[in-house]
Amino acid sequence: MAAGILTLAAEAPKIDTGNTAFMLISAALVLVMTPGLAFFYGGMVRVKSALNMLMMSFIAIAIVTILWTLYGFSIAFDSGSGLLGGFDWVGMRGIGKTEVWVNGVPTYVFAVFQLMFAIITPALISGALADRVKFVAWSVYITLWVTVVYFPVAHWVWASDGWLFKYGVIDFAGGTAVHINAGAAALGAILVIRKRVGFKRDPFRPHSLPLVMLGAGLLWFGWFGFNAGSWVAADGVAGIAFTNTQVATAAAVLGWLAYEKIKHGSFTTLGAASGAVAGLVAITPACGSVSPLGAIAVGVIAGVLCAAAVGLKYKFGYDDSLDVVGVHMVGGIVGSLLIGFFATGGVGQTAKGLFYGGGGAQLVKQLVGVSVVLFYSLIVSAILAKLIDLVIGFTVSEDDEVAGIDQVEHAETAYDFAGVGGAARAIASALDGSSETKKVDA
Amino acid sequence: MKLITAVVKPHRLDEIKEALQAFGVQGLTVTEASGYGRQRGHTEVYRGAEYTVDLVPKIRIEVLVEDTDAEQLIEVIVKAARTGKIGDGKVWSIPVETAVRVRTGERGPDAL
Repeated sequence: MAAGILTLAAEAPKIDTGNTAFMLISAALVLVMTPGLAFFYGGMVRVKSALNMLMMSFIAIAIVTILWTLYGFSIAFDSGSGLLGGFDWVGMRGIGKTEVWVNGVPTYVFAVFQLMFAIITPALISGALADRVKFVAWSVYITLWVTVVYFPVAHWVWASDGWLFKYGVIDFAGGTAVHINAGAAALGAILVIRKRVGFKRDPFRPHSLPLVMLGAGLLWFGWFGFNAGSWVAADGVAGIAFTNTQVATAAAVLGWLAYEKIKHGSFTTLGAASGAVAGLVAITPACGSVSPLGAIAVGVIAGVLCAAAVGLKYKFGYDDSLDVVGVHMVGGIVGSLLIGFFATGGVGQTAKGLFYGGGGAQLVKQLVGVSVVLFYSLIVSAILAKLIDLVIGFTVSEDDEVAGIDQVEHAETAYDFAGVGGAARAIASALDGSSETKKVDA
Repeated sequence: MKLITAVVKPHRLDEIKEALQAFGVQGLTVTEASGYGRQRGHTEVYRGAEYTVDLVPKIRIEVLVEDTDAEQLIEVIVKAARTGKIGDGKVWSIPVETAVRVRTGERGPDAL
């Protein structure tokens, strides 16, 4: 028996410790993006729903980790059909500890790295649903959505037998599978559920822009693992992906700020943080295809277009509370399509874009990939949201929303303002008019 | 006795406090307040959405004084609070019927 295991181990491809170390670190970097996202979103909501916003991301870490272990990794990455992976790895059984995925990286390491993507994708959706959804309904929604949308779409785009992968759609780190997927899901859900009380009538002032900046910083930091790690090897291509991530993000900050200054008159911190995220989103699919100069173009274009897109919700009347559609869907589309123009053919992928003599072939493939993921996610998300709304009710009552979802859903208050004085009392009374009687269970 | 109330810009608090101490005022009460006068509020922009802040932060200072000191004290506060820009605030006085020092039970001007 022992001899048998030894023989098997000797025959398996050798584990590359450098690549493995890089992937373990990258996985941890991608994990930290989700709490980062929680702060990015949490700072943007009003003080009475800050905790709920944080919890919507945090619960995604818990739920998706369990689902991934039970069946997610198997149906996303086990070999199956073009539409869905297999079931050999259900419960993560049947994966040998020395089994290698690719480039000397163990399958377990690849699985935990990909888990972090599966976590942040549904968490991204939460920003569109701020202030108004039941915590249980949200938990049910992400459970169903990752099962019927994220796991299959990840298979289509990234598994070697996935149909979009085989067709030739380039998605280095998740422009379609993560960002368009989450943005379209957000759009599907908000078209079904009710808007926030006072949408369009009252502006919703972010309660803590420093938290937004902190969140954007954590996202930026973690995104190096997200993008460079997606190459699954610590080599030159990972280096270019890392560089492009930095360059495009910087360019998008400048693009967003320039648009904002011209259109609205000020350089805002919210604009800078949003620009960074728009740039990170757009370079995600493209970071293994474009040159650093191409990354500047991708970043600037994404920064400007996303800054313009966030205003659309008022025109069309959909309450995308924290602009998940405007930043993630639009940014994901921009980055995915720009591969068709700016792919050099000499980085991680050989396909060339329109500007590098490759003609329109790659652009067509990118368009197909974008459209398929966008419409699949949008439609299925709308159906799921409708079903949940019919069965258990997706949103809290308007009265509860006005009173504050933190109190209603979590029985907590984000900040203790005692002793701060009049300004704090004004906030506290807006939150909840009730007395400050304390009840302690002895 | 008179109760003098001043609603002024928060950053003038220290100057006013010093001026009152120099004048010999023994105690005062300060609260954070919000409101607007002719200054109105200001506009903030978040991702292109305009947010009008019409209640701006103010400080309310209250001082109890003897009738004879009231006019002079109002002048002291006004001088210390003034920046010359819109939004400097208001100072007013109203008559006070009685005052009691809680610790000793003294009443009237003795309680000040």
